[in-house]
Amino acid sequence: MDYAVQTRGIGRSFGDVKAVDAIDLAIPRGEIYGFLGPNGAGKTTLVRMLITLLMPSAGGATVAGYDVVSDATEVRLRIGAALQDAALDMKQTGRELLRLQGRLYGLSRRDVDTRLSELAGLVDIGDALDRFIGTYSGGMKRRLDLAASLIHNPEVLFLDEPTTGLDPISRARVWEEVRRVNRQMAVTIFLTTQYLEEADALADRVGIINRGRLIAQGTPAELKRSLSNDVVIVHLDAGANGQVAEAKAALAALDGVADVDASGSEVIVQVANGAAEISNIALALNEHGIHVNELTLRTPTLDDVFLSVAGARMEQEAGS
Amino acid sequence: MNQAAVSSSQPRIHARRAGFFADVVTVAIRALRSIPRDPEAIYPALLIPVFFYAINIGALQDVAERIPGIDYKAFQLPVAIIFAVTGISRAVTLVTDIQTGYFDRLSLTPINRLAMLLGLTVADFALVVALTLPVIAIGFIVGVRFESGLLGLLLFALLSGCWGLAFTGFGYAIAFKTGNPAAVNSSFLLFFPFVFLTTVFVPREAMTGWLAVIAIFNPVTYLLDGLRSLISVGWDAQALLGSVAAIVGVGLVSGTLALAALRGRTRRR
Repeated sequence: MDYAVQTRGIGRSFGDVKAVDAIDLAIPRGEIYGFLGPNGAGKTTLVRMLITLLMPSAGGATVAGYDVVSDATEVRLRIGAALQDAALDMKQTGRELLRLQGRLYGLSRRDVDTRLSELAGLVDIGDALDRFIGTYSGGMKRRLDLAASLIHNPEVLFLDEPTTGLDPISRARVWEEVRRVNRQMAVTIFLTTQYLEEADALADRVGIINRGRLIAQGTPAELKRSLSNDVVIVHLDAGANGQVAEAKAALAALDGVADVDASGSEVIVQVANGAAEISNIALALNEHGIHVNELTLRTPTLDDVFLSVAGARMEQEAGS
Repeated sequence: MNQAAVSSSQPRIHARRAGFFADVVTVAIRALRSIPRDPEAIYPALLIPVFFYAINIGALQDVAERIPGIDYKAFQLPVAIIFAVTGISRAVTLVTDIQTGYFDRLSLTPINRLAMLLGLTVADFALVVALTLPVIAIGFIVGVRFESGLLGLLLFALLSGCWGLAFTGFGYAIAFKTGNPAAVNSSFLLFFPFVFLTTVFVPREAMTGWLAVIAIFNPVTYLLDGLRSLISVGWDAQALLGSVAAIVGVGLVSGTLALAALRGRTRRR
């Protein structure tokens, strides 16, 4: 199979710290691949290796069919990248920046004009193209950054946390643009994110990274289905943290309970049939004198998957 | 997954290497365009030489012209030019690019790495030559004339521009090496020993002690000799060759440092 991105045991260490540890990926062309993990998990380090800005210290990778170490220029011709902070020159206009970017990719003036007209519609910058970038809002800068990464019609687009720091409306617009780029321009998209809902909404497949290691991979539905259970969240009273262990023990003893985890003052209970078991859970907690603030029944989320494979919620990992 | 789009036969615009010359031109166009948008970087280069020209002449003309055969306004004009063009570069813009990640964006393209530096120096050369013109105009206004004529004046501007260009390498070396705007700004300190430990106030013959010794080893001494010769003497091959040697020597040192720092910055670690 022809992969847009393929890594073989790729790793990168900084001193004694393994930022990325032996990751294997195989991403087919045309896919939106979501790389999900908390801050500091190794997402950006992996992206910087794949876009030829950083050397791997172990393993290797090909992007668009070319080796990221030995064929870096060929890779650069075939990829676009929008990194975490929109990398723009505030003293150029949007049009000047896109033209410059096009010229560096060897595009003729006519090619650049064609792409400018396509991208102006795609990323909805419109009249602002002729204004200085320093006057743009955060969302506009993100969209221009996206346009700059697409000016040369890349085969693979890397988006490193493209919506971090954006308001919900701007985030929704970027999501829609990512979908359109993938759908209309047949671009493979490698997207890193720390937002579970972003990976869920955008990605055909999701890889979950934690502490440099790929710990789970699949479609969002597959990952959630891997838990094969409903989830009951028990929110203990704020002052009842000392009862977490007791609650876990009491609930683990119930029939129909598949797994029990704890995260702060929450106890997360996986049950085969949530509707049938939630009353038993409430009764068991009551019998043990455990003070419950709230009981919630829901289907699994990617955060539950993360909890299941990493042993902690994403926010806790980010803070650890 | 977008299978339908993948199999589309719609012709695509394909990226390719633009080529070294095209890369240099592209970087230079951006750098030239940025100059008028960054006027605060130009004002000091316009004001400082005029200020020192006026102060030096006002304070020292009567004393200095006791030395036989010296026209102090002509003697000071090349000094004003050196003040105008030394240390003027796009290094601060470069370091801003590094800090904002724009340099990474450029590095992600197939741009020739050397073009990332040369394009900036093309713009620097244009700027420093342009900066010599108002200073020369002021010289004309106060009565300075070129014994070497119009051609000599053009060579005067060219040598000044080349000196400015030769000196830019230090700023770029610091910018590439540190990526730190404070470090780049402090590179201005290099300006002082070059410009003041030389024949800035009096000719070499009138200098004594340690300063006279240091001036012998300062390339600016020879640059000033050549520039002054175009004004006061006419065509003095030895003085002009000394200027060229000074420019080439400093350019080789600063250029080597800048290229090494560029290599370090763009090498994947």
